[in-house]
Amino acid sequence: MGLALTRAAQWTTASSGTGKLEITPLNESLLKEIQRFVEQFSARHPQEAKHVFKEPLQWKTSLEASDFKTEYDISGASVVSHEKDRNGRPLLHLSPPLISVLSLSQLSKLLQVAKERKLKEVRACLEANRDPVVRMLGPSFATVEGEDSSVLRLLEKVRGGDPGGETEIQARLLLLLQQLDTQLLSTSLKQISQEVRLSPAAVKNEVELLKSFCGSGEKRLLKSVNYTSDYEFSNGCRSPPWRQVHGEICYLIVEPCDTDTLYITCCTAGVFLNGGIKQEGEESPYDRSGDVYKDLVSLLKAHSVHFADQINTQDFAVQEEPPSTQKIPHVESVDAEEPGQTLRAHEHQEKNAHDRARQQQLAASKPGGKKKLEPSPKWKGLGLPSPQPEAEERKKGKRTEKSTEKSAESQAKATRPDSRKKADFSGSSLPVHQSSHRTKVTVEEFSESSSESGEDEEQPERRPESNTDLPSEYWQIQKLVKYLKGGNQTATVIALCSMRDFNLAQETCQLAIRDVGGLEVLINLLATDEIKCKIGSLKILKKISQNSQIRRAIADLGGLQIMVCILDSPDKELKCLSAETIANVAKFRRARRTVRQHGGIKRLVELLDCVPDSAALTVEQERDVEVARCGALALWSCSKSTRNKEAIRRAGGIPLLARLLKSPHENMLIPVVGTLQECASEKSYRVAIQTEGMVEDLVKNLSCDNQELQMHCASAIFKCAEDKRTRDLVRHYAGLQPLVNLLGKSENKQLLAATTGAIWKCSISMENVAMFKEYKALEILVGLLTNQPEEVLVNVVGALGECAQQPANRTTIYKSGGIPSLVNLLTGTNQALLVNVTRAVGACATEPENMAIIDRLDGVRLLWSLLKNPNPDVQASAAWAICPCIENAKDAGEMVRSFVGGLELIVNLLKSNNGEVLASVCAAIANIAKDEENLAVITDHGVVPMLAKLTNTTDDKLRRHLAEAIARCCMWGSNRVAFGEAGAVAPLVRYLRSKDPSVHQATARALFQLSKGPNNCITMHENGVVKLLIEMMGSTDEVLQEASAGCVANIRRLALANEKARYS
Amino acid sequence: MSEMSAMNRKLIQNLAETLSKQVKRFNKTEAECLIRLFNGLIGDQTERRVGNGLDRGKFRNVLHKTFGMTDDMIMDRVFRAFDKDNDSYVSVKEWIEGLSVFLRGTLDEKIKYCFDVYDLNGDGYISREEMFHMLKNSLIRQPTEEDPDEGIKDLVEITVKKMDRDHDGRLSFADFDKAVREENLLLEAFGTCLPDAKSIQAFEQHAFQEPLEH
Repeated sequence: MGLALTRAAQWTTASSGTGKLEITPLNESLLKEIQRFVEQFSARHPQEAKHVFKEPLQWKTSLEASDFKTEYDISGASVVSHEKDRNGRPLLHLSPPLISVLSLSQLSKLLQVAKERKLKEVRACLEANRDPVVRMLGPSFATVEGEDSSVLRLLEKVRGGDPGGETEIQARLLLLLQQLDTQLLSTSLKQISQEVRLSPAAVKNEVELLKSFCGSGEKRLLKSVNYTSDYEFSNGCRSPPWRQVHGEICYLIVEPCDTDTLYITCCTAGVFLNGGIKQEGEESPYDRSGDVYKDLVSLLKAHSVHFADQINTQDFAVQEEPPSTQKIPHVESVDAEEPGQTLRAHEHQEKNAHDRARQQQLAASKPGGKKKLEPSPKWKGLGLPSPQPEAEERKKGKRTEKSTEKSAESQAKATRPDSRKKADFSGSSLPVHQSSHRTKVTVEEFSESSSESGEDEEQPERRPESNTDLPSEYWQIQKLVKYLKGGNQTATVIALCSMRDFNLAQETCQLAIRDVGGLEVLINLLATDEIKCKIGSLKILKKISQNSQIRRAIADLGGLQIMVCILDSPDKELKCLSAETIANVAKFRRARRTVRQHGGIKRLVELLDCVPDSAALTVEQERDVEVARCGALALWSCSKSTRNKEAIRRAGGIPLLARLLKSPHENMLIPVVGTLQECASEKSYRVAIQTEGMVEDLVKNLSCDNQELQMHCASAIFKCAEDKRTRDLVRHYAGLQPLVNLLGKSENKQLLAATTGAIWKCSISMENVAMFKEYKALEILVGLLTNQPEEVLVNVVGALGECAQQPANRTTIYKSGGIPSLVNLLTGTNQALLVNVTRAVGACATEPENMAIIDRLDGVRLLWSLLKNPNPDVQASAAWAICPCIENAKDAGEMVRSFVGGLELIVNLLKSNNGEVLASVCAAIANIAKDEENLAVITDHGVVPMLAKLTNTTDDKLRRHLAEAIARCCMWGSNRVAFGEAGAVAPLVRYLRSKDPSVHQATARALFQLSKGPNNCITMHENGVVKLLIEMMGSTDEVLQEASAGCVANIRRLALANEKARYS
Repeated sequence: MSEMSAMNRKLIQNLAETLSKQVKRFNKTEAECLIRLFNGLIGDQTERRVGNGLDRGKFRNVLHKTFGMTDDMIMDRVFRAFDKDNDSYVSVKEWIEGLSVFLRGTLDEKIKYCFDVYDLNGDGYISREEMFHMLKNSLIRQPTEEDPDEGIKDLVEITVKKMDRDHDGRLSFADFDKAVREENLLLEAFGTCLPDAKSIQAFEQHAFQEPLEH
């Protein structure tokens, strides 16, 4: 009995002590069994029943003195039995609520007395005495796991000849108890084997089915059934992982028609009501608050009368019945008789029904099978899958062992079709969490960055809906795949050639090959020794890998690894085909990573080694060139991942690419330049492009006939021309004119974007700007300010902003009517564009005639409103642009005042953390403060303490504009004193030690203004300003001289006045 | 004896010179090596009659061991293709000429050679029956299938559809030539009758380099 109790019985707490027996069917049957044993014991074994226990069994009873009748002495509440042991102890002693019993005969009498409370008493007794055998026979008989030698010991004792036959009775009692134990174990085993454990798939099926019975109308069963979480883990669970440990699968919110909303937990042991789990993430009460049911339907039956009625009386008109040909994953429960049965997909209802019948037979023939967990016949007709067996559980376990990488990936994949399916159900559940999960997965999964051009996105799977309307190609392809599988080399080649006659560019054929298992065969062929088969297979793979689903399938089947190996083959045609196929497949990140991780980059770089440009090539050399071209194609695809760029460089790809760049053939140049421009996002490549002399070739190819090649060249120059030397090289190789010429091809937007980008970056050098002026580039650029896509506009405006740094160009922009277009673009939302537009507008505003137009078009207000933009780059750029506007606008003070809340806005930007924003805002404030009235307003907004707070900076740019702003702000009221009190003076003195002369001038002016306050003079003097100022007076800068001298004069005057006051 | 072998060497050199002039693909040394190899294969034939050479069995042995061919019928056909004068022996000249196509043939030569091999009855056409005959062992037969030949018949139909350009239900040389030029893989459409690159390399190494080392 001990073993059964420790192993089979379900205790609430695992540890010994005050555990309670849970009320479960299993425990109930155990208790009944024990009860029956005890009741019949004294009748069957009278002698053993009289054996007195070593220690009494003691527990809290619900029995009272009144329950006992004869054979007991009743005195008040306590009861004592007539029967006593040798020492005179009563064999039963009740002193409420405690009762102690010393023999089995008394126990069985007690149970007779207890009547309907029998079970309760047995339970209480067992809960109080976890190992009753110890009490009965002594501690040497404690239940131990494994070999139990107590019987042997007892046997020896018996042999030893114990007086009184006491031991013999003991032995017999022990044997009887152990028999009971075995019996209990076997019954509980039976019980467990009947119990069906739920699995995620079974729950899901049931939920899906219930969902189809929701909706509106009289006949509906439920209002709605929803998961709490849309996110499904790869093991099919929706509960958070720390709850999955407890076997919980998912949580449901069910709205029945007649009662309150039910919050349900589905776990492997069954379904039960929880404390109301509404949404994942909340601190939710997971505890069970109701009975455990074997499945959802029985739980709902118990809780919703309406549901129970409807389900028993109605035939259902299923609202969303699945199409009859759809595959229903059907799982049968495992009986002890057929342990090997596992998951099967049944295609036809008929077969399903057949299986059902067989199952029923089995159930009927099973001896003693009480109640089998079978859905009611009505449900069966609808194809309701019965709850899943443990075999499935085991499978699940195996699945979770798979590497995290793979499961994360498949998760991402799995969620997509799932969500699509979800959308079909009206009133589907809370969609918030899925997306966040998805993005998290992707971020973790792909740490490597990538320029995303041409990136595949996960596409929803498109499979033929049913077998009926498949095109004839499907069957023909299926037949050919059969020959591929079962044919020798000759038959295989014929089948491959025949397959190539299909239109492989057509998606139907591509997917047909995949769906009939052709991809596996084709990839297997690559691993054979037959060159012809490999060539034929690759020719097909190359074509169909233009489809993104096929690409993924090829990668999933390990095709990339084999193709990378084929790159080592001596056969050049094979190498080419393999590289070309890799080029197609490596259009998504995982594939690119696979290529790298299997040494593909190094091999592909090796393919580039050939002699590209000699005049007379032999046949072999021409083949080498073709191999190199294919290698470059593959590298181009791979180069979209940052790590691959690095790998190409390390494999020595750069000099080889540089050599191929000399090739006269466009089909070679396009992948080569494509790779280079892709890689030019890395500094190492930009340096290499400059030092390996590739700029010349890039410039040369700007003048070719192929727009794609031109685009890649321009794009490479765009990325490289951040560097001054590269800009100079472009000019040196006469690349500016071709760039300007390319502006004429404005119908090709990609080309235009690349070209304008290159022009923008090149125009950072003033020498280039002069050339552009000569080529009349500005007029064309102004013409491109309207009706262009944003990526073009960003570059055009950027170029104009750079060119407008020269006064003559500002006039050109004005004359060609660019100002209104620029101001118009200030209303945009693209941040990169806004940064460039504000810069261009700011540059133009330095010309009064331009400013007049900007003012008229309300451009300053637009600039000002961009200060509210969240992007600090935009804020800074806008603030810089505001400066010349205020300088050059007529009635600037009035204009600034007219912006409601504008001054407060700009003052508050002094709280920014961004150095550039602070510098630009200080510059703007210096300009705003020129107007006395505005100065008064910003003083009210607290500009003085805010500026003073910034004075500790070491950034020279900020120092300069900050000192200017302070100099200006001193002009109002008691601001000089206020700056002194806010501690701005001492740091300013230190600015004079800066190396930047422009800081000196502004600082000297600020100090001059501050020195008009006596206390400031004292502070300055204390900080040793005089010596520094005297040095400044020696400067050639007159403003600096004057301000320094003025400041020193003020300090001196104060000293003189002081002396005078002292001696007079 | 040494006189004899000196005479022999002289003979071989002369023969090699003439043959290498006729067959452009081998130089004199290579031709010499091939002749030696040929003589080695014939073995010590006591009676040296005119016109004798490699018989069918010996030749098939070479094909099987050196070039890894297995199909009996195709090997017979290759022997026929080598044995231009149909005397059931491959002479030295036929040996060298045959090998020139076999090892270093241009596509044109190979197309002609393969067509000859596949045209079993030599009537200038490859008929459906001939195709069936050549392809009959190319598929694993499923015992469950009702007609085990169905797959083969289907393959024949596929090939006819693909290669029969003039739609007369059989492949003329023109049909075959055109189809192979379009898709080189179809050169050996009805069975392997040319050595692959690896065994060519192995053979040439064995034949041309090793004897010189001696």
